[in-house]
Amino acid sequence: MLNYTIRRLLGAIPTLFIIVAVSFFMVRMAPGGPFDKERKVPAEVEAKLMEQYHLDEPLPQQFLRYLGNLAQGDFGPSFKYKDFTVSELIWQGFPTSLALGLSAIAIAVLIGVSLGIFAALRQNTWIDYLGVGTAMLGIAVPNFVIAPIMTLVFGLMLHWLPVGGWGKPSNWILPIIALAIPQIAAFTRLTRASMLEVLRSNFVRTARAKGLPEVITLTRHAIRAALMPVVSYMGPAIANIVTGSVIVEQIFGIPGIGRYFVQGAINRDYTLVLGVTILFGGLVILCNLLADICYGLLDPKVRYD
Amino acid sequence: MTDLALLAKQPEIKGRSLWVDAYWRFTHNRAAVVGFLVLAFITIACFSAPYLGLREQDDINWEMISVGPDFAQGYFFGTDQNGRDLFVRTLYGGQVSLIVGFVATMVSLVIGTLWGATAGFIGGRTDNVMMRIVDILYSIPFIFFVILLTVVFQKSMVLIYLAIGAVSWLDMARIVRGQTISIRRKEFIEAAHASGVSNWRIITRHIIPNCLGPVVVYMTLTVPAVILTESFLSFLGMGVQEPYSSWGMLISEGVDAMEIAPWAVVFPSAVMVVTLLALNFIGDGLRDALDPKDR
Repeated sequence: MLNYTIRRLLGAIPTLFIIVAVSFFMVRMAPGGPFDKERKVPAEVEAKLMEQYHLDEPLPQQFLRYLGNLAQGDFGPSFKYKDFTVSELIWQGFPTSLALGLSAIAIAVLIGVSLGIFAALRQNTWIDYLGVGTAMLGIAVPNFVIAPIMTLVFGLMLHWLPVGGWGKPSNWILPIIALAIPQIAAFTRLTRASMLEVLRSNFVRTARAKGLPEVITLTRHAIRAALMPVVSYMGPAIANIVTGSVIVEQIFGIPGIGRYFVQGAINRDYTLVLGVTILFGGLVILCNLLADICYGLLDPKVRYD
Repeated sequence: MTDLALLAKQPEIKGRSLWVDAYWRFTHNRAAVVGFLVLAFITIACFSAPYLGLREQDDINWEMISVGPDFAQGYFFGTDQNGRDLFVRTLYGGQVSLIVGFVATMVSLVIGTLWGATAGFIGGRTDNVMMRIVDILYSIPFIFFVILLTVVFQKSMVLIYLAIGAVSWLDMARIVRGQTISIRRKEFIEAAHASGVSNWRIITRHIIPNCLGPVVVYMTLTVPAVILTESFLSFLGMGVQEPYSSWGMLISEGVDAMEIAPWAVVFPSAVMVVTLLALNFIGDGLRDALDPKDR
């Protein structure tokens, strides 16, 4: 187990390196630089700026410098937000994004998994149709449609919740729901499908045949096995939540990290975009790793050696 | 004609083929058929928009700025804040969204099938290396790369197609590889070998038809995913540019004007959601129809 974890962690290094390298060179290929303004900056000033940010060096040298700094946890200075380093900007936004994402995923797992289980247990009843309907709707109705329509209904028409602004707990409700709905759909769909399959499998039949009470059959055998695909979906789910939060933060004006990414890409803020991409890449890799480890703990058939 | 003549010469065993069976099952799945009709209707409507005698997508009517649906004057979906006909814009936007969906899916199909089939057929070390690359790519948050790409290539529409296609082939590659490997070792292939069927006929008669099912199913599920990705980019202002529009862009514009003109977000969203639902129903229907396991 420990061996496996270490091996996977080592395996993550090339992946992370590819992310860093590809995004570094891709950002640099973009036409236009961070100091392009409406008004042309005098040549000396621009040269000075380029020198200060080491943009005048050849690309490979810049890349090595960046890697060196990165190894020390330094993402470099932001080009647009003049007095801030990228790390500072990330630490300003990240806690908000993280809290938002974790609440959304917790809600999604809770609702999605229970809805999926009940839908499978009561196949072809109203709760099953509710589950299937939710799953379909969540797949076809994207975040950026759910969010404005909820604002329209709960904010502008019913006046139950604030439309904009940030700081009050009530500001959190709509963004969390908007982030959670697509994932609720995904979890419901997955859980229902795997639960249906498990309920027809031989070991559940055996458990029933030897006279185990239904509750124990379900909790100890069926649900545990049915949750396997759910666990392995956790990694991608977290990645999706992160991506979704880019949109949701934009719509609700949340000062999280997703907004920095969009702004950074538009402003050619090289270091900021790179920093956010690398952070998210690392996060996704980490989540996939955790999901795989949990998978091993849950599934008696999987052995890591 | 020559192809037909050639085909006619070959004596084939007439039987209930996988495809006849699948067709029968698909046409008896009500949700899938309705989905197909709805999709066909929306597609035809979008692409015949220039010939329906409607307004142009950039016709501006200064007297009708942000007006709700008005059937008397032919503004079925109302107008946007520039006085443009939202119904027409939704149709034209649909063209872009549907084309992106289709083209990007094709790109992902070509890359994914080639990659997966190569890995599966060659096997061994090559397979290991190729699938390891897919694993690595899997853990990269692609939407960021698509955003970077659109920045790099200055929002050219063609490149948006390619970029989205280029990042959605991973699942396809896995599916095709898995399918190829499992089929290659099946008894019926061995039986065909033993009875002296040539490799070429084994591939065309057995391997391809058996791979095609999951591939087609996955394709119909990739199209809505791609349309969503494009809308996502357009919503952030990184997709198509004026004077073109797409559903994502219309929704984004609608959100800006939501407080005074809710129809501007409701109608394009509704059309997009109906299209995505239709595509998903078709995909599910095809999966049920083509799954050889449940006969």
